[in-house]
Amino acid sequence: MKKVQFGPSWTPYLLLAPQLIIVALFFLWPAGEALRSSFYLEDPFFGNATFVGFDNYVDSTSAADYGRSAQFTAVFTVSICVISLGIALALAVSADAVLRGKSPYKTALMWVYAIAPPVAGLIGVMMFDQHIGPLSDFARWLGWEMQVGVSYFDTAVAMITVAAWKQIPVNFIFFLSGLQGIPNSLREAAAIDCRSPARRFWTVVFPLLAPTSFFLLVINITYAFFETFGVIDVMLKGEPGNNPVTLVYKVFLDGFRGQDLGGSSAQSVILMIAVFALTIVQFRLIERRVHYS
Amino acid sequence: MLRSTLLAAALAPAFVLGAGAANAQTEIAWWHAMGGRLGEVVNEIATRFNASQSDYKITPIFKGNYEETLTATIAAFRAGEQPNIVQVFDAGSATIIGAQGAVLPAEDLLKNNGVAFDANDYIEGVRYFYADSAGKMVGMPFNSSTPVMYYNTEALEKAGVQPPKTWEEFEEIAPKLKDAGYVPLAQSHTPWIFVENFFSRHNLQFATNNNGYDGAEGTKLLLSQTPELKRHFEKLKAWKDEGLYAYYGAGWSDNQAPFENGDVAMWLGSSGSFGGLSQSMKAPFQATYLPYWGDVEGAGGTTFIGGAALFALAGHPAEENQASAAFFEYLTSPEIQFYWHEETGYVPITTAAYELAKSEGYYDEAPSAETGILQLSLPGGEWTKGYRMGFYVQIRDVMNREFGKVFAGETTVDEALKTIDEEGDRLLERFAKTSG
Repeated sequence: MKKVQFGPSWTPYLLLAPQLIIVALFFLWPAGEALRSSFYLEDPFFGNATFVGFDNYVDSTSAADYGRSAQFTAVFTVSICVISLGIALALAVSADAVLRGKSPYKTALMWVYAIAPPVAGLIGVMMFDQHIGPLSDFARWLGWEMQVGVSYFDTAVAMITVAAWKQIPVNFIFFLSGLQGIPNSLREAAAIDCRSPARRFWTVVFPLLAPTSFFLLVINITYAFFETFGVIDVMLKGEPGNNPVTLVYKVFLDGFRGQDLGGSSAQSVILMIAVFALTIVQFRLIERRVHYS
Repeated sequence: MLRSTLLAAALAPAFVLGAGAANAQTEIAWWHAMGGRLGEVVNEIATRFNASQSDYKITPIFKGNYEETLTATIAAFRAGEQPNIVQVFDAGSATIIGAQGAVLPAEDLLKNNGVAFDANDYIEGVRYFYADSAGKMVGMPFNSSTPVMYYNTEALEKAGVQPPKTWEEFEEIAPKLKDAGYVPLAQSHTPWIFVENFFSRHNLQFATNNNGYDGAEGTKLLLSQTPELKRHFEKLKAWKDEGLYAYYGAGWSDNQAPFENGDVAMWLGSSGSFGGLSQSMKAPFQATYLPYWGDVEGAGGTTFIGGAALFALAGHPAEENQASAAFFEYLTSPEIQFYWHEETGYVPITTAAYELAKSEGYYDEAPSAETGILQLSLPGGEWTKGYRMGFYVQIRDVMNREFGKVFAGETTVDEALKTIDEEGDRLLERFAKTSG
């Protein structure tokens, strides 16, 4: 029999090309450009750049509001993960237990997913409006003089509420499909061994959901970092004032609103490094405890 | 980042459409930031200009809000695709004027194309705001307004008081308004009304280097070194604590809404606000001058304008520049200025247009419309010309943040003014490096 030998072929590269081009065009090039301009102070019109070394980094991080933004970003991210993952899990477990009329429940819980972030932000603006917002009225009824846009804390609460609310359906869908992927035989075996449903959940069901939970954690952190932009933008109504902003939003404020290209590039490089580090931590430390299969 | 290149790529097709086909007419593009009703008026002005002659055709293109328009312009400029005329707002004017060679100064553009230009045709308050240090007009003032005080006449009658001319008078009448069930005072733009125009109304120096006109390098803010300003904010904080002044955040409409609802008796806003107020406000209202401290020597003069100007960008053929000059000439004609004034509430920028509005009896039917221009025609002093500072958008953001903290009780006036000066000076220093 004749042996067929395939010579080196460029077909695989050709097939990979679209992806590689996209990565190069939309990640590597801008990232390199950000890195370069973070060391320069540029005249926006002509691009005449003065090399300033690490000045942009020093100036950006030493501004009074940088630390506050970083702090808020951390609180914002953790709160969104805890709230939206927690509520979504509770809803998914309840929906999973429903035997009749499953789909109306599921649809009702999922539709929020279809709302675009700026629209969610707009709904948030109306709900939390300091003059006519029903949620502000409710807070006042509880004795909390809530003034979104005036009080740093109140605006933070409103932003977290809207951003977390928007993310619940995504988490819900994944949790629900994760739950439905658990074989019934396992549950039945667990039911024979243990009477407490709560204990069964935490010792059997939850560990089996770990891959889903880990995936969602990564997704939610990314969401809180980058995709909440629209919500924040609409809720600030164009004037950041004394309101919380995330680090990503601050990059936009300084770069696009303020034309400080060097400063905002430096901030985006810092952010890139932070996200990179966070991803390593997630995969190194947390994923080890996750059991697939 | 890639933003400038990407933006330019995204914008290029729109621009090509605007610059269009080759016929006998010279076509020019005008990027602006006027949405909604204002945008309709802009389009109407362009249509009228195009109908008034056959040599030139201007195409107005809406580019989003002020910041978006400036960002788009910068991206287009770097790609060599800039429009002929662009609208740039007050806080961005140092960026565009500071970019040497990016702009054809309006005064040169007009003179070089055979259009008569006399700075004295323009009303006092707008004349030098977009000029260089030598007084040459660089940006053509377009939508200009100034802060004035609106008051709910019903509320003042109920409390049995007259609108205050000075802050001293305000202190006397405010408790009466409070007793009558009103929040006496609110305002919609702290940096513009209580800082920039505090300096102009009291004829005080805002920044070194001749308020920044003499160059970006070494310009420093003088907020913490102005005891009059410190006193003003300490009073505001005290009034807020006593319920005589209410702060509803940095958003414009959040502060205007309670005045429209009749909760607030007096509101400091833009001279152009009366149009919107007459539609949304139930109670009758009137406008009067921005109050000042009577005990400050030389106080009570003219104020700064706010808004935006039109800049003719460099890098276009001579016949297109001629078209831009013809459009500027048309735009500043009394008829068009009056039309703009009447439709939008912005002040007319020339004395001739103001005279026309008066002779047409416009102020008999809308007396509030005259307040802004009267205030801008008050005598000026050494420090009422304007100010020129780079990265000013961020400086305003710092002010809003720090004053927000003051009113929330998170910091003291002293600390806030110091922080504004420190962070502002650092921004100014950075800006000097970009243009140096």
